[in-house]
Amino acid sequence: MSLGAYLTLAALVFAIGLFGVLTRRNAVGILLGIELMLNAVNINLVAFARFHGDVAGLVFTLFTIAITVAEVAVGLAIVIVIFRVRRTVEADRLDLLRG
Amino acid sequence: MTAETVAFWVVAVVLVASSLAVVLTPNLFHAVLYLAAALVATGVVFLLLDSPFLFGVQLLLYAGGVVTIVVFAIMLTERLVGERITQASRHVVNGGIVAAAVFVAVAGFLLQGRTPTARPPLAGDATEAIGRALVGPFAVTLELLGLLLVAALLGALYLARTEE
Repeated sequence: MSLGAYLTLAALVFAIGLFGVLTRRNAVGILLGIELMLNAVNINLVAFARFHGDVAGLVFTLFTIAITVAEVAVGLAIVIVIFRVRRTVEADRLDLLRG
Repeated sequence: MTAETVAFWVVAVVLVASSLAVVLTPNLFHAVLYLAAALVATGVVFLLLDSPFLFGVQLLLYAGGVVTIVVFAIMLTERLVGERITQASRHVVNGGIVAAAVFVAVAGFLLQGRTPTARPPLAGDATEAIGRALVGPFAVTLELLGLLLVAALLGALYLARTEE
């Protein structure tokens, strides 16, 4: 398959993840959409690395995977603390910063 | 129709179907399971792109670690004991329009240019190349990544502590 096929697949997964981020009410559901978007970025990086023979794309992917794991851990810790304090994780109810 | 083409289409269908299920399922726990399927499918895409090391890393860290973390977080943020996590979506039409617009923009850009069809021949072992790059040009970045992981670990531990 050509490089464009892999890039289109990644763009499709990215758009689906974006849809999830925009429509989910639960905070954990929003984080799942973010996971899909980061996944699509990784597919892009590895595809470019393969079709250009550059190893930097693979190293970059390794770094984004590790950073994503750290971000998920801290993000979900924040969600758990919010749940302890406010007893809800619905994004519509978490409006303390709203003007 | 090479084996790689067939495999790509099969994996692409599985990946897109499970991604759609992640964002459309009302039950959040089912969404996490579909995300696990999507992450494994992405790992197979990495395998098709001749990087078995990243396939292993994807399975270990993403499908193993992230899914476990999210499952625990869902369990800890359930409102009532025994109640299923269900939720409806809001602004589905608006979100769909925005997501479709983003995809059309990117796909249109991709269709304009020609992308290479042939892959360059594999220059040696990809895993060894990654290893050499990590301790060579990317050594400082690797150390910074370790620093970031320690900071994230401390942050998550502090945030999730129980008040004594």
